[in-house]
Amino acid sequence: MAVLQSKHNTLQVRIAGLRFEPQGWLGALRADALARLTAMGMPGRRDEYWRYTNPAGLIAVDVAAVSLFDPGDEPPPFDGIDRLKIVFVDGVFDAAQSDNFALEGVQVERLAVAEQADIHWATALYGVLESRGQTPVQRPLAALNSAFATDGVLVRVTGKPSKPISLIYQHNSKTSDVVLHHCIKVESGAEVTLLENGPAAARFSHVMEVDIADGGRLHHIRAQGRAHQRQAATHLFARIGNHAAFKSFTLTANGRLTRNEAVLELLGSDSVAHIAGAALGDGDFHHDDTVFITHAGARCESRQVFKKVLKNGATGVFQGKILVKQGAQKTDGYQISQALMLDGESQFLAKPELEIYADDVKCSHGSTSGAIDETALFYLRSRGVPRRAAQSLLVLAFLAEAITEIEDEAISEDIRQRLQSWLERHEH
Amino acid sequence: MLEINNLHVKLEDEDKVILRGVNLSIGAGEVHAIMGPNGSGKSTLSYVLSGRDGYAVTEGSAKLEGAELLEMEPEARAAAGLFLAFQYPVEIPGVGNMTFLRTAVNAQRKARGEVEISAGDFLKLVREKAKTLKIDAEMLKRPVNVGFSGGEKKRNEILQMAMLEPKMCILDETDSGLDVDAMKLVAEGVNALRGAGRSFLVITHYQRLLDHIKPDFVHIMAAGRIIKTGGPDLALEVENNGYAGLLGEGV
Repeated sequence: MAVLQSKHNTLQVRIAGLRFEPQGWLGALRADALARLTAMGMPGRRDEYWRYTNPAGLIAVDVAAVSLFDPGDEPPPFDGIDRLKIVFVDGVFDAAQSDNFALEGVQVERLAVAEQADIHWATALYGVLESRGQTPVQRPLAALNSAFATDGVLVRVTGKPSKPISLIYQHNSKTSDVVLHHCIKVESGAEVTLLENGPAAARFSHVMEVDIADGGRLHHIRAQGRAHQRQAATHLFARIGNHAAFKSFTLTANGRLTRNEAVLELLGSDSVAHIAGAALGDGDFHHDDTVFITHAGARCESRQVFKKVLKNGATGVFQGKILVKQGAQKTDGYQISQALMLDGESQFLAKPELEIYADDVKCSHGSTSGAIDETALFYLRSRGVPRRAAQSLLVLAFLAEAITEIEDEAISEDIRQRLQSWLERHEH
Repeated sequence: MLEINNLHVKLEDEDKVILRGVNLSIGAGEVHAIMGPNGSGKSTLSYVLSGRDGYAVTEGSAKLEGAELLEMEPEARAAAGLFLAFQYPVEIPGVGNMTFLRTAVNAQRKARGEVEISAGDFLKLVREKAKTLKIDAEMLKRPVNVGFSGGEKKRNEILQMAMLEPKMCILDETDSGLDVDAMKLVAEGVNALRGAGRSFLVITHYQRLLDHIKPDFVHIMAAGRIIKTGGPDLALEVENNGYAGLLGEGV
C-alpha cells in the first residue's frame, strides 16, 4: 500500500497545476482518462517498466528551467521538403507560421477547436488506443496526456495527399510544460506521410493515436530536436488493419531525457509494422525506446530497428517486446537493438522479449553493444581517409539499417545529413 | 623511393621484438619481393610502414621520398603515396564500395592540395578501371568487401590501388587464398600499374606469384632481418630448396 500511496501522492503533485476542462464530445473521454490515471498513479522507480529510466523529471511538479538551444546555421529538419506545416510554439498553435489546413485527401483540425463540437469522428479514437495500451503494462503518463492535453491535431486521411503533413514544435520558453495529443485516422486504401520535428518544450508530453484501416499506409518520420536540456515522454499507439502498413522512424540527437514508447497492434492479416530509431547522445543524455508489438492477425511482418551512438557517459535504453497471439500464424517478427559506444563511459541497457503462442512463426531478436571497429578504422585511414571522417563514415554505416527504414529518399537524405552534421559537431 | 634503415620494432603491449634491424632500399620504378617463413616479420613490416596501431618502433627510420613515414598518421602516409594491399581486406558493412573509393580519392587529393574529382569523372574512371579487373557494377554498389569471395576482395584491393595511384605499393601476401586464375588476374592488374616510376614491395610465401609479377630484387627475411638479397633466381632457389638452407647460411 505504501508504494501505491506514493504513486497517488506524486500524481496529485503532478496534476495540481494542470487545468482539467472537459467539454464537448471530448469531455467524457477526458474524464475516463482521468479515472484511469487516478487508479494508476504516477510511475515510480520500483516499477519494472521504469527500471532503466528514472521518471522523476517527467513527474515533478515544476519543470526544471532549461537554457534555450540555438541550432546555429543548421536549417531545420525537412526544410527543403514541400509539406503542409502546422506550427506549435511551446504547445501553442501559431497560425502565422502555419499553412492553410486545406489539402486534398485529408481533413486536418486542431483538437482545441474540434473539441467544442458535440460529436466528432475522433470519439472512436481519442483515448481509445491509449486505454487499450494500458494492459498488460500501465502507462500513466499517456493517460495523463489524454486527460490534460491542451491541443493537437485530428487528421483523417481519406485519399493520398500530395504532400506530407508536418508538425513543427518550436521551443521559446525556458519552463514550458506542454501536453499535445494527436489522432490520425487513415481510411481504407488511403496513404499519408506525417513529419514531426522540434524540441517542443522544456518538458513535452506527446501522444499520437493512429488507426489504419484495411489497405491504409502511414509513414511517420520524426526528428526530436537538438535541444540538450529538454525532456520528453512520447507515446505512439497504432492499430493496424488488413493489408495495411505502419512505418515510423525517429531521430533523436541530444536531449537530457527522452522516453519514446510505441504500442503497435497488428489486428488484421498481411500487414506490416516497422519502427526504427537512430539516437545520438553526447554527455548528459538518456534515451529510452520502449516498444510493444502485438501480432494478432496472420502473415504480418514487424521490424524493430534501434541504433544508438553514445559517448561521454550517455545512456541508451531499449525495452522491446513482440507478442505473437494464438492464431497469428506465419508471423515474421524481427527486432534488433544496438549501441555503438564511442568511449568507455557510456552505457546501454537492453531488454528484448518474445512471447509466442502460435506455432508457425519466425521471430528473431538481437542486441549488441560495442566500440568502433579499429580494424575497419585503420583500413579507411590507410586509404587516406582522415581519422575523424573515417569514424563518421563508420558511425553512419552503423546507423544505416535504421535509416533505410525511411522509404522516401529526400526525407531519408535529410535525416542522413543531420546525422552527418551532428557527428561533425561532436568529433573528439 | 623507400629507404628503410636499421628498423627495430616490438609489439606495443608486450616485450616481443619482431623486427631486428631491417635495411631495405627501393628505387623508383623497382619491384622488390620479400619472402620468408611464417613469423619472420614480413607482415609486421607492411603494417609498421602503413601505420597500424599496436607496434612500437624502437630504432631506425623509414623514408618515402625523403619524408619520415614513421612520424606520420596512416592517412598522411597514404596521401604521401604509400599503399598497402591487405592480406585480409576488411569488410565494412554499411559503407558502399563506391562511397569508400570516392571518399578516399578525394581525401588524398584534398590532403595534397588538389581539386576533388567530380562525381561524373569519378564514375567514368572507376568503371573503366573496374572493367579491366573484371569487377562488375554490382560489386561496386555493395558494401566494402561484404560478401566478396577471396578473389573479389583481392581484386578490390587492386582496384583501390588503381584509383589512388600511389607511388609505393606494398602487396601483403596478395596471392594467399587465390586460385591460379584469380592470381593471374590480380597480377595483370598489378603489372598494368607498373612503370611511371611506381615502386612495389611484394610480400609472399611462394615463388609462384613472382612468375606473374617479375621482381627486380628478391629478399629473404628471417627472424626480423633481411638475411639475403638477390635477383629473381633467389626465389627459385627457395622454391626448390625451402628456407632451411638459406636460414643456415644467414645465421
